[in-house]
Amino acid sequence: MDILRFITAGSVDDGKSTLIGRLLYDSKSIFQDQLEAIEKAGQVNGQINLALLTDGLKAEREQGITIDVAYKYFSTPKRKFIIADAPGHVQYTRNMVTGASNSDLAIILIDARKGVIEQTYRHSYIVSLLRIPYVVVCVNKMDLVDFSEEVFLNIQKQYLEFAKDLDLKSIHFLPISALNGDNVVDLSTSMPWWKEKSLLGFLEDIELHTEEESPAPRFPVQNVIRPQTAEYHDYRGYAGQIRSGHFTVGDSITVLPSGLKSKIKAIDTYAGSLKTAYAPMSVTIRLEDEIDVSRGDMLVISGEEPTTSQDLEAHICWMDQKVMTPGSKYLLRQTTNSVKASIRTLEYRVETSTHEKKEQANLGLNEIGKVTIRTAKPVAYDPYSKIRGTGSFILVDEGTNQTVAAGMLL
Amino acid sequence: MTDLHRLSHLDQLESEAIYILREVAAQFERPALLFSGGKDSICLVHLALKAFRPGKFPFPLVHIDTGHNFDEALKFRDDLAAKTGEKLVVRFVQDSIDQGKAVEEKGKFPSRNGIQAVTLLDTIAEFKFDACIGGARRDEEKARAKERIFSVRDEFGSWDPKLQRPELWNIYNGKIHVGENVRVFPISNWTELDVWEYIRKENIELPSLYFSHQREIVWREDLVFPVSKFISLDNSDKVETRTVRFRTVGDMTCTAAVESEANTIDDIIREIQVSRTTERGSRLDDKRSEAAMEDRKKGGYF
Repeated sequence: MDILRFITAGSVDDGKSTLIGRLLYDSKSIFQDQLEAIEKAGQVNGQINLALLTDGLKAEREQGITIDVAYKYFSTPKRKFIIADAPGHVQYTRNMVTGASNSDLAIILIDARKGVIEQTYRHSYIVSLLRIPYVVVCVNKMDLVDFSEEVFLNIQKQYLEFAKDLDLKSIHFLPISALNGDNVVDLSTSMPWWKEKSLLGFLEDIELHTEEESPAPRFPVQNVIRPQTAEYHDYRGYAGQIRSGHFTVGDSITVLPSGLKSKIKAIDTYAGSLKTAYAPMSVTIRLEDEIDVSRGDMLVISGEEPTTSQDLEAHICWMDQKVMTPGSKYLLRQTTNSVKASIRTLEYRVETSTHEKKEQANLGLNEIGKVTIRTAKPVAYDPYSKIRGTGSFILVDEGTNQTVAAGMLL
Repeated sequence: MTDLHRLSHLDQLESEAIYILREVAAQFERPALLFSGGKDSICLVHLALKAFRPGKFPFPLVHIDTGHNFDEALKFRDDLAAKTGEKLVVRFVQDSIDQGKAVEEKGKFPSRNGIQAVTLLDTIAEFKFDACIGGARRDEEKARAKERIFSVRDEFGSWDPKLQRPELWNIYNGKIHVGENVRVFPISNWTELDVWEYIRKENIELPSLYFSHQREIVWREDLVFPVSKFISLDNSDKVETRTVRFRTVGDMTCTAAVESEANTIDDIIREIQVSRTTERGSRLDDKRSEAAMEDRKKGGYF
């Protein structure tokens, strides 16, 4: 069994929380005591309010909206699912980016009565920017448009037209009614024209071969393990999680950014040593030579080095109330590395609903733009489009310690 | 992302948890692992072995002892500390009560669960812990489903669900001001079933409480409660002997048992797979109000 992590995106009242409630309910992943608790809280249209399963905060239940990402879990015999239920409001874009950053798939909900709206553009843009490999567009509330195939096909056409400019690799469409459960877990009898799978069937069957098959091996060092005991007197292991590719004992290694070279002597785990280890395994690597390696360094296979530079170009999503002004200094954190950085220029801001590039002096909360950054020390990285694990970063404000931006390197 | 399909869901979850534990070791000066003697924190200790051996843990195990624990859990705790050779710190809720900092609840179902936070915050201050690792899971409860893996608490130990930091990819931001601390939940993405399947796969030892045994019980609000010196019985209570086990282990005053014949991990997994109630359905402390957990967390509870 493997894991599929997905996010649900859509405007307020498009029925995201209801859809998740329906997935959990119809796949029998809701417990009796949870059901009794939401039944007590009242009904909507004569049915229990499934949205209450995900809106876990008092303020959310009071206002009937989702403020922050809720993570929900269910599994079928085929797969374990982790759902990031993200808010739809524009002012919570940063929370949607939070949920999207770890997702393999995005469900974009469209209200069948309204068709493609500004929020659909915005969410699709973020999904494309974060390079979520799979998109499933669920046309919801089909019960309110008489389950019309024509309405569904029109929305599909409208979406595909707009998605031409986006970098979405795989787009699927589904007509559903989350409230009634049509085509969510079970196929609907109300839409006999729909011959494909239900949403759950689709989520279960989708193959998770998302990035290139043999990506370059990358191993950011988290800690140095040095027990200094009699038994392990000379033990010096580099602990970390393999971000991409695989490493084998005997491989020639380059340490970045120093450029020092060695060979892999052993790959250790608590359960024993391995000959080969794959992403995303957490292991401890030992090298043949006593060279200087510490947290923030990256081990790569010699000949397959990433770019190392102090000048970076990136898309960033700004996440702080205080606007970003070029010239400001932040702490840039990429893999396990932390380095001081200064934003040199803001090249443009993207209007997420139209993809237009606009010139402006600074970047405000929830805005997305392209910047150039200068770092105090060289950073080893891959373009985000090649390897997400080494091409992503965050910016931290050293005054407030807040995470103020999500970045994707070009 | 890449090569994900090569690892099973348990291997992926394990790798993620080890990565998080190692981030704690790297990002904080004085972390602690909050150990309760329950299955989730026992898994955390096992994951720490995987993250740091052959080295020592970069943190002590810290137990906030309410004084209402099961003897089996306490013995298991001490044995585990001895076996791993890791440092164990125990602090007592009774001391907070004696010092007048915490006030014991009254009524028929008093619990020390709430005032545990007082002792925890004092312990954090005493040792200047800047990160506390806990075994909470997002599937346990709806307020927990909202919580980040690195959850920043202010100087009062309080959680503000509306002001959580964005948490992007697996880049965790543990930077805090003096006086603040971070609660870290490495097994956030595990479900109860994942924990049991992991215990089976890794052959992890557990206190005997989790397996079926005969015990004296009373019924309280449709829940099966263990008879102990910590609960007051009156004439309306009828003490019976039943075959039970515990699905979650907390205080004897707020942890209910379930009637069960499950004797082995396999039996338990089968039982959970068909269970129609959540794990925390047997915790009286969560049934107090719709937002019981959210309110406790705002008050400094972990």
